[in-house]
This record gives sequence, C-alpha cells and structure tokens, in this order.
Amino acid sequence: MFSYYCNLALRSFKRNKVLTALMVLAIALGIGASMTTLTVFYVLSGDPMPGRSHTLFHPQLDMEGMNGYLKGEEPQIQLSRFDAETLLREKRGDLQAMMTGGSVSITPQKAELVPFIAEARYTTAEMFPMFQVPMLHGGAWSAADDEAHARVAVISKSLNQKLFGGASSVGKTLRIEDADVTIVGVLDDWRPSPKFYDVFAQRGYGETEDVYLPFSTSRDLKLGRSGNMDCWGDTSGQETDVNAPCAWIQYWVQLDTPEKVDAYRQYLMNYSDQQRAAGRFERPTNIRLRNVMEWLDFHRIVPSDVTMQVYLAFAFLGVCLLNTIGLLLAKFLRRSSELGVRRALGATRNAIFQQCMIEAGAIGIAGGVLGLGLAWLGLWGVRQQPVDYADLAHLNTSMLLATFAIAVTASLLAGLLPAFRAMQITPAMQLKAQ
Amino acid sequence: MLEMSQVTKIYRTELVETHALRSLELHVGAGEFVAVTGPSGSGKTTFLNIAGLLETYSSGIYKLDGEDVSNLSDNQRSKLRNQKIGFIFQSFNLIPDLNLFDNADVPLRYRGMPAAERKRRIEEALGRVGLGSRMKHYPAELSGGQQQRAAIARALAGSPKLLLADEPTGNLDTHMARGVMELLEEINQQGTTIVMVTHDSELAARAQRNVHIVDGMATDLATEPALVRAALGATPYLPS
Repeated sequence: MFSYYCNLALRSFKRNKVLTALMVLAIALGIGASMTTLTVFYVLSGDPMPGRSHTLFHPQLDMEGMNGYLKGEEPQIQLSRFDAETLLREKRGDLQAMMTGGSVSITPQKAELVPFIAEARYTTAEMFPMFQVPMLHGGAWSAADDEAHARVAVISKSLNQKLFGGASSVGKTLRIEDADVTIVGVLDDWRPSPKFYDVFAQRGYGETEDVYLPFSTSRDLKLGRSGNMDCWGDTSGQETDVNAPCAWIQYWVQLDTPEKVDAYRQYLMNYSDQQRAAGRFERPTNIRLRNVMEWLDFHRIVPSDVTMQVYLAFAFLGVCLLNTIGLLLAKFLRRSSELGVRRALGATRNAIFQQCMIEAGAIGIAGGVLGLGLAWLGLWGVRQQPVDYADLAHLNTSMLLATFAIAVTASLLAGLLPAFRAMQITPAMQLKAQ
Repeated sequence: MLEMSQVTKIYRTELVETHALRSLELHVGAGEFVAVTGPSGSGKTTFLNIAGLLETYSSGIYKLDGEDVSNLSDNQRSKLRNQKIGFIFQSFNLIPDLNLFDNADVPLRYRGMPAAERKRRIEEALGRVGLGSRMKHYPAELSGGQQQRAAIARALAGSPKLLLADEPTGNLDTHMARGVMELLEEINQQGTTIVMVTHDSELAARAQRNVHIVDGMATDLATEPALVRAALGATPYLPS
C-alpha cells in the first residue's frame, strides 16, 4: 500500500499545485533558516577531538598572591612558565605539552617571495601525538629535541605549499627571524574547531598555526609571543622568564582512565600544597582539571548571538509548521468527499491516516530538498560575514542527513492533526452531502 | 442475506431527539432485488447507511450474511463492508482524478488483492458494464450514464454479495436510467442481492419486492396491496 499511497500523494500534489507549493515553501523556509543556524551552532560547538576529548585535560593552579583573593574564585586559566615546566618534567600524565602562541618573520629562500609574518606555536614534542596532528611529510620533533633546544620546526601544509610548491620540505632550512631551523615535519590538513587549545585567540575559531617550534628554541631565539598574559608580582620587565609571576603558558595533559584523572587531580593538589609550603603559592589549594568539552562549555565558546539565532530559527520553523498544519487541514478536509468514498469502499480509519501522513511526509521531503538549497544559500551568506567562524560554515554529511530528518519529522508532526481529522470523516455524512 | 430486527436509530442533540428508524424489521433473502421507497425524511437513507455499515444503530439486531454486526469495531466494519457490500450512489461518487480503472481499483486495493487479480477483476467488471474500452478515461470525460456504469463496475469488481443502490438513476435521464436499471436486473439475475432506495415508482415496480418506509418503520408492500398503490402513487393511501 505504501507505493499506492505515494502515488495518491503525487496525484494530490498535481491537483493542488499552488497549495502544495505553499506548504513545501513553508517547510523549506523553516528548514532553511533552522539548518543554517544549526549548522553554524554545530560547527562552533562541535567536539574538536572526537573520541579523544574526554581524555585531554587542562590543569589550572591558583598561583597568585593573596592580594584580591576571593575564596573559590576561578584560578588563572594559564600556568606560569615555572609551573608548566615542572609539570612537564614530572610527566604524571600519559602525554603532556606546554605551549603558547606567537608570530615569526619568515624569509623565503625563493627570491620572488618577500619576507612575511606567520602565526607560530611554541610547544613541546608530545603535543603532536596528544592532539593526533596528522602529518603529510616527516614527523614531530622528539622530547630530546626539546631538551637540546634543537633548531627544528614543523610547518603547515599551506606554508609548505607557499614556500616549497607542495613538495616535501623535510630536511630543508627555514629562515625564521635571524636563525635557520630545519624542517622535520609538514602537517596535513588540520583544523580542530573550536581551536580548544587556544580559545581566547579569535574567539576560538582561528586557523591553526603555520609554524611549530620547540618552546625551548623559541625562548633561545627570543621570538615574539602573543595571547593573554596575567602577572601578579614584580616582573622587572622579564615576563617570560622562568621565575616571572606571570601566567601565559597553555598546558594540556592526556589522562586515559578515570583513575588517572583522579590521581592527577590529587597530584595537582599535592603540588599546590608543596608550592605553598615552599612559599611560592600563597592562596589555599584551588585547582581545576577540565577535559576539552568541559573546558569549552565553561568558557561558553559558542557566541551567544549564534545560540540566540538557533532559538529564533527554530521558533520560525514552528511558525512555518503551524502554517503547514493549517494548509494541510484545508487540503485534507477539502477532500472529505473523496475520503468519504474511500471509507465507504472499505478503507479503514488507519488506511486514511496512513494515506494522509504519507502525503505530509512527501511534502516534508520536498520541503527538505528546497530547504537544503536555502540552507546552502544561508551558509554562503554566513561565509560572507566578517566573523571569525565564517569560513567554517559548511554543511557536512551529518547535517545533511539531519536536514532531511528534521524536515520529514516536522512535516509528519504537522500532518498529525490534519490526518487525525481526516480519518474521523464520517462516510455517511459525506456521501449524503454529495 | 440482510436481517434487521427491531433496529432503531435515534439522532440526539442537546435539544431534540430524532427517531430516524423505529423498530425496523426487514429481511432480504440472498438473490433478491428489493426496492425501498418512502417519502423524503422517512428514514430510507438512514436505513441504507446502516445496511451498508456506514452508520451504527441505536438498538436492535442486524445480521449481514448471517453475521451479527452489532459489536464490530470500526475496522471490522470497514473490512466487512469492503468484502461483502457494493455501493451505487445517486451522484456516482467516482474519484475525479482517477481514471475508470483506478476508480474500480479502490475497493480492491483495500482488500490487499494481488495486482494481477485486481487487473483481471477490473477489466471483467468494466467489460461487463460496457466500458471495457474506456478504462483510461476520467469520469469528467464520460456521460452521466457511463459514470454510473463505471460506479457499478467499481461495486462489481469486488464481487459483493449485497449491492446497495441509493437512487441509482436519480441523476440520469430516462434513457440512461433505463439502461442502468437493465444492468442492475442483469446483475441480480446473476445472483447478486440488490437493495435499491428510489423515489421512482416505475423503477420500484421492476424490483421483485417493494418495502415502504414511513416515519422510520418498514412495511412490506407484498403483503399490503393498498400500500402498493399508495407507494407507487396510484391512489392516496388511507389507512383503514
């Protein structure tokens, strides 16, 4: 009977082209608006490390003095260089890395290219395996390179393309500021979104960096750094020194099991106690250890206007559905006489209900297709906006499937009341009214 | 085939109760051709709707082909209607955007019959009413008489045991009405029981038996000659 009902739905569409077009348009507008905003929301609030985000943690310590202390206040979001280097040295996690952002001047070997500034990340070796950064050529440097302050670098695929025409540049030299470093690896496409390890740059949706250098090397070369820095004591102008009372290092640790998480939390508390006993920390022990998604949730990385747009778009979809309900009701009840004849000829109420629901579902599919086009157009519009996340606004497979699922579900919901009313038609009344 | 005993139908509103049928007694045997007559508002259509399981009744017993339908659910009534009853309506009630083949296909679809069997039955039924060459025509492309024939073919395709006709010639001219009536007689001769509601005394006279309904009560005119004349309009009926 399914194919029979589909056939009847098609005939019904042909008979009432304008009414059908209005319903499809209503669903499509609602779907287009909601899928555009939902896609942006999904991209912005997605898991940047699928399958791994629950094992990657961001430790925080309350390192400041008592000046301005408020009990239970959120500790500094970054670590001081001293504490980061200590945690890194003690290796209590499965993997760990300290890092900060910066920008470097690159002098290309090609004469036709002029020197330019590139975004850089100064980090330690285990960042690459910990974040599962894909490599196109070569690989990451080693912990020994970190120790040795090696003049090595990993560069992005786009920088490799720009400087070396896409050929493997592993082993080649890159001129950074006044120093030469050897390229040991070239990244493949990689763009975690949100950029969880540096959420305060470009609201967390910036591009990944073009140059990666060992943190130790970056300090040797006195390369410029960027990003938040919060100091609470006398720095004597040396904010990036090991002992400077400044928080500016981003630190991530991989902890594979809940037991390890508990142990690491205890370790952080013990560490705080020790530091306080040693006179470095003044405040009571106050630590945080959030995984990636908790970290993103806590900092409300998704822009509030995007969240509001999703609510508004779904409210609009609701209005469109109400219109569709009205139109479907009019359509089905206008066919009361036909439905009455069908009932007289043996159609059960269920059969009438199914026929109407399949018609509503078919309108949903048509609305979904058109809505997909409108969503594509909407996302194109978003990409033209001057926002940090603009270039992320693309439909992916899951959102494509979600579009159809929402469209069909919405139209079936819209069809419920009209179909219910249609199945209640009393055949005797309809036949008498002929 | 159709046994109604003490069947009563009362329509209730907040203000008024209307007795459409009052303890109606009617028995129609298999293979009979019964005409039901009566003035407007007498309860003929209510009787036909109840007989066709399109409406429920307030009290009494109704057995269709030996089966008591009193306690059947709406679904069971729909299935029984689909299997045992064929309808012919005054205004044909063909579905306008289906061609004749697809119109005749409607009751068979709900019976869940295989496609080949449906095709065979539809072709046979349309052939039987003389519309075998017009299967792809739409109702609007046919005359009134042809549309009623198509409606009869739709009813026949399901091989019903009981054919209920509500003023089958009411919308047709004399010539077409005669043709439809001859077709009904032919169908009856082949064994199908027919109950026909009509205002037309000439048509009623062609049925094997006449039943007159007045004020929701039926009188079998075979046993009341005076009523025959009154019902057929020959002389006013004056109860003694």
